[in-house]
This record gives sequence, C-alpha cells and structure tokens, in this order.
Amino acid sequence: MTKLHRLSSRLLGLLLAFGLIATASAQMTINGAGATFPYPIYSKWFDEYAKVDPSVRFNYQSIGSGGGQKQITAQTVDFGASDGPMSDENLSKAPGKILHIPTVAGADVVAYNLPGNPALKLDADAIAGIFLGQIKKWNDPKILALNPGVNLPDQEIVVVHRSDGSGTTYIWTDYLSKISPEWKSKVGTNTSVNWPTGIGGKGNEGVAGQIKQTPGALGYVELIYAIQNKMPYADVKNVSGKFVKPSLESITAAMATAQIPDDFRFSITNAPGDSAYPISGATWLLVYEQQKDSAKGKKLVEFLKWAQKDGEKMAKDLDYAPLPNALQAQVLKRIDEIKF
Amino acid sequence: MPAIATMPVKERSAPARMAPPSRFGDKTFEWLTLGMALVVILLVFLIGWQLARGSSLAIQKFGFNFLVTSTWDPVTEQFGALPFIYGTLVSSLLALLIAVPLSIATAVYLTELAPLWIRQPIVSLIEMLAAIPSVILGLWGIFVMVPWLRDYLFPLLKRAFGWTPFFTGPIYGPSMLAGGIIVAIMILPIITSVSREILRSVPNLQREAAYALGATRWEVTRIAVLSYAKKGLFGAVILGLGRALGETMAVTMVIGNTPQIAASLFKPGYTLASVIANEFTEATTDVYLQALFELGLVLFGVTILVNLLAQLLLKTMTAKSATRAAE
Repeated sequence: MTKLHRLSSRLLGLLLAFGLIATASAQMTINGAGATFPYPIYSKWFDEYAKVDPSVRFNYQSIGSGGGQKQITAQTVDFGASDGPMSDENLSKAPGKILHIPTVAGADVVAYNLPGNPALKLDADAIAGIFLGQIKKWNDPKILALNPGVNLPDQEIVVVHRSDGSGTTYIWTDYLSKISPEWKSKVGTNTSVNWPTGIGGKGNEGVAGQIKQTPGALGYVELIYAIQNKMPYADVKNVSGKFVKPSLESITAAMATAQIPDDFRFSITNAPGDSAYPISGATWLLVYEQQKDSAKGKKLVEFLKWAQKDGEKMAKDLDYAPLPNALQAQVLKRIDEIKF
Repeated sequence: MPAIATMPVKERSAPARMAPPSRFGDKTFEWLTLGMALVVILLVFLIGWQLARGSSLAIQKFGFNFLVTSTWDPVTEQFGALPFIYGTLVSSLLALLIAVPLSIATAVYLTELAPLWIRQPIVSLIEMLAAIPSVILGLWGIFVMVPWLRDYLFPLLKRAFGWTPFFTGPIYGPSMLAGGIIVAIMILPIITSVSREILRSVPNLQREAAYALGATRWEVTRIAVLSYAKKGLFGAVILGLGRALGETMAVTMVIGNTPQIAASLFKPGYTLASVIANEFTEATTDVYLQALFELGLVLFGVTILVNLLAQLLLKTMTAKSATRAAE
C-alpha cells in the first residue's frame, strides 16, 4: 500500500465513523414553508427552541405565502405559513381541516420623500385618492387640509408600490378596499393587483430604494423596514378619527379591538379603537387539526404552545408586534384541539 | 463559424499516420456524443412540454386572447400578456442598439488597434463585468444609475429629441429606457468577448492582402476583417440577444414594473421574465399560477421565434453577399 492509499482509507474510515454518529443521534425534523415576512422571528424561535427541546429540529423555507398554502395543502410540509388567511376555495382543496394559528403582526407605513421630510398626516380619503391616481400633486387641497402649516410643494406625487406578490400588498389593498368603495370595485384585495397608477419596485428594498431616490415619491413599506432604514412615514387617521403613529403598540391595539372570527381568519385593517393603527396585518402558521404522524404532531403542538407563551416575548426585540393577551389565550385553547 | 472554417486541413489528417485504428473507441465516442446532443434537444422539448402542461387551464380559458390583450388583473383573474411581450422585445432591442456598436467597436479596438500591453487588462476588466451578479447590478441601477439618468441624461434627451414620441412625458427615472440600458451593460461582455475571438480568428493573410492593395487601416478593418467575420459577429449578437430576452433581476429593479404599452421610453414597462419572478411565489389560485406558467411558455416561444428570425436574416444576408460576389 502506498502512503496515499493508506491516507485515503483512513479518511474513508473517519467518514464512515462520522456517518454512524450522525445516524445514531438522528433528530426529528419538522418541515415548514411559507411567508417571508415572519422569517426572521421564526428562525429566532427555532434557534431558541433547539435549547428547550434538542430532540427536534425545525426546517423552514421562506418561499412566500402562496407556496406555503400550496405545500400544506399538498402535505409536503408539516406546517405552512402565510401572511394572508387562506380562501375558502383553497381550504376546500386540502385533505383535512387546516387551522390558522396567528403568531405576530406587522404594519404597512406610508413612506415618502419630500424636501426636508416634514412629518405628515394622512387619512383614508387622501391615501385612496393618491393610489387611485385622483390626487396627483403634493399641494392638493385634501393633503393641505390635513397638514396645516406644512409647506407642501407644487410637485407631482410619484406613487411607488410593490411589484412582487406579497403579504405587504395584501394588507395594503385590504385596507384600501375597506375604506374606498371605488378601490374595492375597481381594484380589489390580493397579494398583487392591477394598479391604477404608479411604478413598481421589487421587494421592500425595491420600493424603499425608489422612494429614497425619487423626489416627490410616496409608497408603502413594512414598518420594520421603514424603522431600520430610518425613512419618514406618515401618521394615519383611523376609523375613530384619531391620527395614529404606526408602532408595535398601535398594531397590537388594532388586534385587540378588531373582530376576531372563530377560525382566526381575521383582518385587522381599519380596526376601531382610539389607538389602533389602521393598516396592520397578522401572519399565521397553518397546521392540520388532525396530525398524520403522532410523534411529530406532539412535538409540533409543544412548539406552538412554547411560541405563544415564550416566543411572543421575543417579538418586540425583532420589531414584530405580539398578540394581545386575550387573543393569545384563545389561540392556546385552539392549539389544544389539535389531535395527534 | 469561421473559427472552424479556417482550421488548417493538415491537423485533421494527422491521426491517419498513427498505429492501426481501433474502431471500437471511435464508435463509442460517436454514440456518446450523439447521446449528449440528444439529451440537450430532449431537454428543450421537455421544458416546452412541461410549460404547456402547466398552463393548460389558462390556455383553455383565454385562448389566443392571452397574447393580444393588455389587462393583467389577479383579483378578477383576467390575464393578457401583450404589455409583457412588448416590454421584453423593446427592452431587448434597446439593449442591442446600445450594446452592439459598443461591443463590436471594443472588439475591433482590442484586436486591430490597441497596443499589445493594454489588451489583456481591458479584456480582464470586461470579463469582470460579466461576473457581477445581476441583483448587484440591479441595486446599483436603483441607487446610482437611475438617479443619474433622471437628473442628467433623460432631461438632455428630452430637450434634444422631445419632438419625437419616444422621449416625451414626465421623467420618473425607472423606465423602459433604464431597463434597456441595464440589459445593455449586462450583454456587453458576452458580445465583446465572442466578437473578439471571432475577429482574432480572421487570418492575417486577409489583412496583409488588403494592405498590399494600398488600403488604409480603416479600409482593412472594414473590408478584410469585419466583412470576413460578418457571420460570426452576427452570431455573437444573437447570443447577446438571447441573454437580453431572459434577463430578470436587474431589469425588474429599474424598469418600473408597470404593464403598459407606451411609445415614450421614459414611461415604465414590464417584461415577461420580471413578472414571473415577481408574482410566482405568491400566486395562490390555479388560474393565476397557470397564467404565469403560460407567460413562461410565451417567453420560451418568443426566444425561439426571435432566434429563428435571426437565422433567417443571416441566411438572406449571406445569400445576398454571395450573389454580389458572384456578379
């Protein structure tokens, strides 16, 4: 045997040994896929949960809400994740009953680029008018009336929206459909729509980039994104007539006052309550009520409970709004109904 | 390809002088290469078939209208691909208009005129341009190129050519023209390096003969080099066009992503590849998803059609020059 041969056979032995160790301590892997918006907090949860229960490992692919809904329906993953609730049509395609487990919430903010970036206030009429292409200039009487004392230029408003399908757009169009009958009939609610006006940017970074680079631009981005990129954003008048600054507290407030149906397929846009920010939305985990694999089902339920109890406490550090206490208790009760 | 046509005949007959040949190796080699070639062809058919299968519902529902209507509304599930087809073709054409003269001029400079010591550094730089990931180029597009275009080049174009329908209307920045320019930057390296290889393969005898006839440097380049390499250069352009049609990330960052057909190049547009990349992940209904699949099929078809047209153009071009030579 030459030296090289001996070396390679030794290497082979080493590899085999490693392989054996790896199979000996095989963990259970729970697979999930879906929404990109909650990906940062989910991966934090999975990381932390590995310390709580080392025998289970989570693998989450942030492929988008559409993909998450499709994969849970096709049962190729153990749980799905979506920024919008599943439609009745899509739910009926699933082989079993799918539960919606709300986890955290976020908001869309109206970001803009004006000389000096003054603080702005907007209401439903103004926002709908701008996005329908009816309010074209910054010094439009409607905007001026909301912002007395602010020097608004005689400049065209360059509307920027998301071009990629996203939960952010779902929340945005859901809000517009609720406050403007014209928007509802002309455009509607979806993850991507047929925009009456404006230019499309890909992703939060694309929209933020266009707004930052275009004088006179206005568009919507996720609150987290606006905070982290220090973009100016407007206070929005809610249905109670109060101007509310988008913040984690005002999102949680919206969840506390919004109507929550029994299946948790709720929408918290335009929620009542003095401190509710009106353009907010939650994100959900999708799981089957009847788990196929009982061992996996048990671990999944344990994790879901941990996420509601302990995971929620990490939300604020990552700029996500946690669920209000009352809703959390309801959700925990629902998790108990999962059979495995 | 001229590169093959000019290969000396001697090299090919060289193996004849070697030891008695074994037919087995030759046969295996032949079958092996045939198999590989068939796999490539099969792959093309499989892709086409899979796309058609994936979009069968949409094809049934919209039929031919899919290709000629302009509404793209995921809410009411009305889908028409015309603005995307238009955007793909126009942005690619713009890219070619910008990139082809630049690339071929660069290739001519590098092979015919540049001092030897400068050639390698320039070639390396151009190849580095090809190595920039398209998403990086797209971000650079948003943050550097588009603001510059909006503040300097576009107003200039508007002042000079505002009387044509192509440079009218408000200037936002993200636009069909910005999309064309970013694609041009992306296809520059491939057209340049392929063109350079082709020009290098022009035999020196050609040049020497032209010089001997008293031709100037420009005449030598035009008559002896460019006209000789015409066919190959055309091939280089087609390679670039292929890339341009399918370019996605960088384009979607700067084109404005608005499905409309407008004469003005300052207006935003949308391409087939961009809309697929943008909307595929969140498409939840069957018809929506299938319509996106059908866009893929259309892009596939457009690419093949454009390539066929180019081949046809090349044939008529060479046939014409052949008859001219015969006269």
